[in-house]
Amino acid sequence: MKKLMLVLSLCAFGTGCNSELERVKAASVKAPEKRNPAPDFTLKDANGKSLKLSDYKGKVVLLNFWATWCGPCRLEIPWFMDFEQQFKDRGFAVIGVAMDDEGWEVVKPYIEKMKVNYRVVVGDEMTAARYGGIDAMPSTFIIDRDGKIASVHVGLVSKSSYQHDIEQLLQ
Amino acid sequence: MILSSYFSRFLIVGAALSAGVCYSQQLLTVPEQQKLTVKRGETAVYHLKAQLKEGYHANSNTPNEAYLIPLKLTWEPGLLEVIEIKYPPGKAEKYEFSEKPLSVVSGDIDIATKFKPAANANLGPGYLTGKLRYQACNDKMCFPPKSVEVKLPVLLQ
Repeated sequence: MKKLMLVLSLCAFGTGCNSELERVKAASVKAPEKRNPAPDFTLKDANGKSLKLSDYKGKVVLLNFWATWCGPCRLEIPWFMDFEQQFKDRGFAVIGVAMDDEGWEVVKPYIEKMKVNYRVVVGDEMTAARYGGIDAMPSTFIIDRDGKIASVHVGLVSKSSYQHDIEQLLQ
Repeated sequence: MILSSYFSRFLIVGAALSAGVCYSQQLLTVPEQQKLTVKRGETAVYHLKAQLKEGYHANSNTPNEAYLIPLKLTWEPGLLEVIEIKYPPGKAEKYEFSEKPLSVVSGDIDIATKFKPAANANLGPGYLTGKLRYQACNDKMCFPPKSVEVKLPVLLQ
């Protein structure tokens, strides 16, 4: 039944996989009525504490899927640290979802070395599937205060593109 | 109620897909392999030819950053024994996301494996199975490491 639903989803919304491989999506913020709910998940952070996405309702969230082997992802992480620092008092949070197969073994040393100042969890296939099967990284979802996806960036985009979206949603 | 639950999941998955996050195309292809004939007491070199989709690169076997996943071919034990594997040299390419040039391969990739017959192998036909592991990126995004299985027909004489 699950497979059937996935196939139906692909058919009904079939804009995702094949023809868009070369495309870097740099969407601007969608109108509120066009936003879809961000799929909820619960994953453990580096300290073993549960992080539930829906607990962040009321905040603007930058949800970043990344991996330690991904060069463009590593470039963005210091930007996200700046955003966390700059906007956290205005109801903003960054959540990193690391998709490394080796999990904390490789993720923890990296985030400690980088002194990442936002919460990072290790993702799993189920979480990735809920967000369309995250294959290309970085994939970043900016979620509004109502828990809805306001913009999606797949691939490296400029720091100012993220900042523009965040500031618009924080207003 | 069950249908309603499935329908909402259908909408959520579909919405995420419509956001353009699914990139499941095969970036590296390996054509069907030609038979390799090896005579007992001799060695033979097999060239694995793979092709990476235009606009994409994979890390070479010797990437110049510790965090990068190298191109790697492995062979399971069987009729033949590996003497050495020679990878194509990496090209130094600079990308927007890297401070310094990276050692990468792109386009047509030729990996040469030098084999000798395994000590106790029986003469005759058989197969050797290998795996080519790679991790590809373009200048904006990267894709999870993948392994392509290689099935090499072998005739041991």
